[in-house]
Amino acid sequence: MLVDLTKVSFNEEGFMTNPNEWTKEIAVEIAKQEGIDPLTDDHWKIIDFCRQTGLASGKAPTMRQITTGTGISTKDLFALFPKGPAKKVAKISGLGKPEGCV
Amino acid sequence: MAAENRKIAFICSKGDIDMAYPALIMGWAALGNGIEVIIFFTFWGLDLVTKKRVDHLEIAPIANTSFKISMMGLPTGNLGIPSILGIIPGMTAFASWFLKKEIKKQGVPTVREYIEMLHDGGAKLYGCKMTVDMFGIKKDDFLPQVDAVVTASDFMDMTEGAEIIFI
Repeated sequence: MLVDLTKVSFNEEGFMTNPNEWTKEIAVEIAKQEGIDPLTDDHWKIIDFCRQTGLASGKAPTMRQITTGTGISTKDLFALFPKGPAKKVAKISGLGKPEGCV
Repeated sequence: MAAENRKIAFICSKGDIDMAYPALIMGWAALGNGIEVIIFFTFWGLDLVTKKRVDHLEIAPIANTSFKISMMGLPTGNLGIPSILGIIPGMTAFASWFLKKEIKKQGVPTVREYIEMLHDGGAKLYGCKMTVDMFGIKKDDFLPQVDAVVTASDFMDMTEGAEIIFI
């Protein structure tokens, strides 16, 4: 299914402003923009975790929360979302910038 | 400046707990934002990547004007730990235990864990050759995450165009 990202609202840093607008199809398109294509099961494991914790708390999880929460290692996290996993995961998951330093 | 073009280098020259964390936390944040990270450990900063020392970093309350009793949750405002008390044996151990406990409470990893995370996230970690020679440190004394022991000149070469932070 084709998704038109121009109909989705983003802030000036490229994060979605309304997490409820998010769909898996939107995630696939944002991931492409971020240079990640296709999204594998491991990617989805992380995105699903972010959606769950993000929607519950209203904040995107930090990298440390992702690795401890999913059991995916730091090395794998950086391999799956190269060059800036903290921001990339939050963007693809339709959440705001992660709050928290760790 | 776009994150993908940014490179940041930290020079860690101190081994106290409070001086250990800034580079670790900011380095980790930089990696999360897609910024290349180099950390150069020199002098007491080598404690952060030395097997024997990394789990035993300390903070001395003596001559530390920011170390207030109110940090311990007591309503004492600006009352510090008097230096005369700071010299009592065990005060440094107590202050170190206390600070480590508070750091843990915030969900912040230990220095050893941070070094692993930084390495796994792609940061390059280097020991300072001059200090290593002076202290007689062997390759085997280092945590396995240390990439190499390099000279000041090597550091200058590898940090061309980088933002450099001295701690």
